[in-house]
Amino acid sequence: MKMVTAIIKPFKLEDVKAALEAQGVNGLTVSEASGYGRQKGHTEVYRGAEYTVDLVPKVRVEVLVDDESADLVVDTIVKAAQTGRIGDGKVWVVPVEAVVRVRTGERGHDAI
Amino acid sequence: METALDSGNTAWLLTSAALVLLMVPGLAFFYGGMVRSKSVLNMLMMVMGALFVVGILWVLVGYSMAFAPSYGNAGLLGNITQFAGLEGLMTNDPEAGVPAMGFVAFQAMFACITVGLIAGAVADRTKFSAWLIFAGVWAVLVYFPVAHWVFNLNPETGGWLYKLGVIDFAGGTAVHINAGAAALALAIVIGRRVGWPKTPMRPHNLTLVMIGAALLWFGWFGFNAGSQIAADNTAAVVFMNTFIATCAAGLGWLATEKIRDGHATSLGAASGVVAGLVAITPACSAVSPLGAIAIGAFAGIICALAVGLKYKFGFDDSLDVVGVHLVGGLVGTLLIGFLATEAAPAGVNGFFYGGGFDQLGKQAIGAFAVLFYSLIIAFILAVIIKKTMGFRVGSDTEISGIDKALHAESAYELGESGGGGVFAGVGHAARAKTEVK
Repeated sequence: MKMVTAIIKPFKLEDVKAALEAQGVNGLTVSEASGYGRQKGHTEVYRGAEYTVDLVPKVRVEVLVDDESADLVVDTIVKAAQTGRIGDGKVWVVPVEAVVRVRTGERGHDAI
Repeated sequence: METALDSGNTAWLLTSAALVLLMVPGLAFFYGGMVRSKSVLNMLMMVMGALFVVGILWVLVGYSMAFAPSYGNAGLLGNITQFAGLEGLMTNDPEAGVPAMGFVAFQAMFACITVGLIAGAVADRTKFSAWLIFAGVWAVLVYFPVAHWVFNLNPETGGWLYKLGVIDFAGGTAVHINAGAAALALAIVIGRRVGWPKTPMRPHNLTLVMIGAALLWFGWFGFNAGSQIAADNTAAVVFMNTFIATCAAGLGWLATEKIRDGHATSLGAASGVVAGLVAITPACSAVSPLGAIAIGAFAGIICALAVGLKYKFGFDDSLDVVGVHLVGGLVGTLLIGFLATEAAPAGVNGFFYGGGFDQLGKQAIGAFAVLFYSLIIAFILAVIIKKTMGFRVGSDTEISGIDKALHAESAYELGESGGGGVFAGVGHAARAKTEVK
C-alpha cells in the first residue's frame, strides 16, 4: 500500500477531487497547509510599509491506495492540479506498513 | 413656567452627544483591526478603559476645569470647584436655550474620545493599569485645561486661545494636536514593540478597521455639526464640509498610495477618511465646500506621506496617531489661515481671500501652544509612570500575546483546535466555577 501526498493550489482542490472520484478513488483527506518552494512568498503593503509574506497558503491532499493504483492516482492528481505556472505544488508517494478500518477492524487491502 | 429652552436645539445637542459617544467604539474597532490578533482585546480595552476613567473625572473636576470661568480671567484654567460634582446643574435655568447638563454630556464625550486616541501609539505592549493612570492624569493635567483654552467661548472669562481669535470649531488643536502630541511622547518613552520594525506586524482584520472608520465618520457629524450647539444654518454648513472633506481625503490618500506603492488599499481608504475628518474638524465653520475639498485632499496626501516618518525617526507609533491626528490636526488648523472665507459662518478671511497672514499667525500660536504643552506634560508623566510602576509588559508576555496575559481572554476561536470544532474539547479541561447540578 502507498500513501500519496499532494500539495496543491487551493483553487485546484475541486478539480483534483473530481478527477480522483472519476478514477474510483473513494476516500481522501484534505487539510490546509502553508509553505513555499521556488515560488517563494509575496509582498503586501500597509500604509506604505512593505511586508514580505514567506508562506503561501496551500492544500494538502492525502490518499491511501493499493500499490498498483499509485501511479495512476499520481498522474491523475498532477493532470488535474497543473496550471503550468510556478507554485503548482508537489506530489510524493511513500510506502505504508499497515492500514486498519476503525469500524470493522479490517486490515490491509480490504481497509482501503 | 417661563423657559427659553429650545427643544430643537436640545434634541440635536443630545443626539450629537450620543453620536460622539459612538465614535469611541468606532475608534476601538479602527485601532483593534490594525493590531495583531493576539492583542486586539487589549486595544479595545484601552479605548473603553479611558472612556470609563475620563467620564468619571469629567463629573468630578473636568467640566469645571474646562468650562467654569477662568482663574483671574487669564484663560488658562477654569475654577475647579465651581461645578465640581455637577450638583448645581440639575435645575432648569429659565434663561438657557439648551440645558446645561446637555452641554456637559456633549463635552464629556470629547474628553473621552481624545484620551482614547492616544492609545493607538502604544498598542500591543502597554500595562493596562499604567495606561488607565496615564489616561486619568493626562486628562486632568492636559485635556481639561486645553479644552478651557480652546472651547470656553466667553469673551471675558473664557480661554486664552479663543480670546486671541484662534479658530478651532470642534477641536483640531484641543483634540487632535493634543492627543497626537501626547501619543508621540508616549511612543518615545514606552519604546518599540519587540521586533519592530523588522518583524511584520500586519493588521489582523481590515474589515474591522473599515467598520471602525465608518462609525467614526458617522459619529463625527455629531462631533462637528453638534459643536454649533444648535440645529441651525451653521450646523448644516459644517455638516456638509465635514462630509466632503472626508471624501477628498480618502481620494488623496489612495492616489498617494497608488503612485508610491502601486496599489490603492482598503487600509489607505479607512486612514484617509480619518485624516480628512481630523483636518476639517477645526476648519469646518470657516471654509466653503470647495475649501473643505482642498483641506481634505491636502490632509489625505500629507498624512499618507507622514505615516512613513516613524520609520525614519525610529519611534514605534504603532497605529500612526502622530501621522494622522497630529499631522492632520496641524494641516486643518493651519490651512484655516489660507482658506478661511468671510462667506462661511466663522466670517474671517484667510490669506487666499485677502485676509493677509493675520489669521495664520493666530492659528500657528494655537497649534503649537497646544502641541508643546501636551508633548512636555505627557513626556514627564510617562517617565514618572515608567520609573515607578513600569509602563510595559514583559517581552515574553508581549510575544505570546497581551490579551491572554492581561485579560485572560482570546479574541477569536477560529482554528480547528479551538473553534468549537472537533478539537474543541481536546486539551482544554473545562473548569466551571459553579457546578451545574
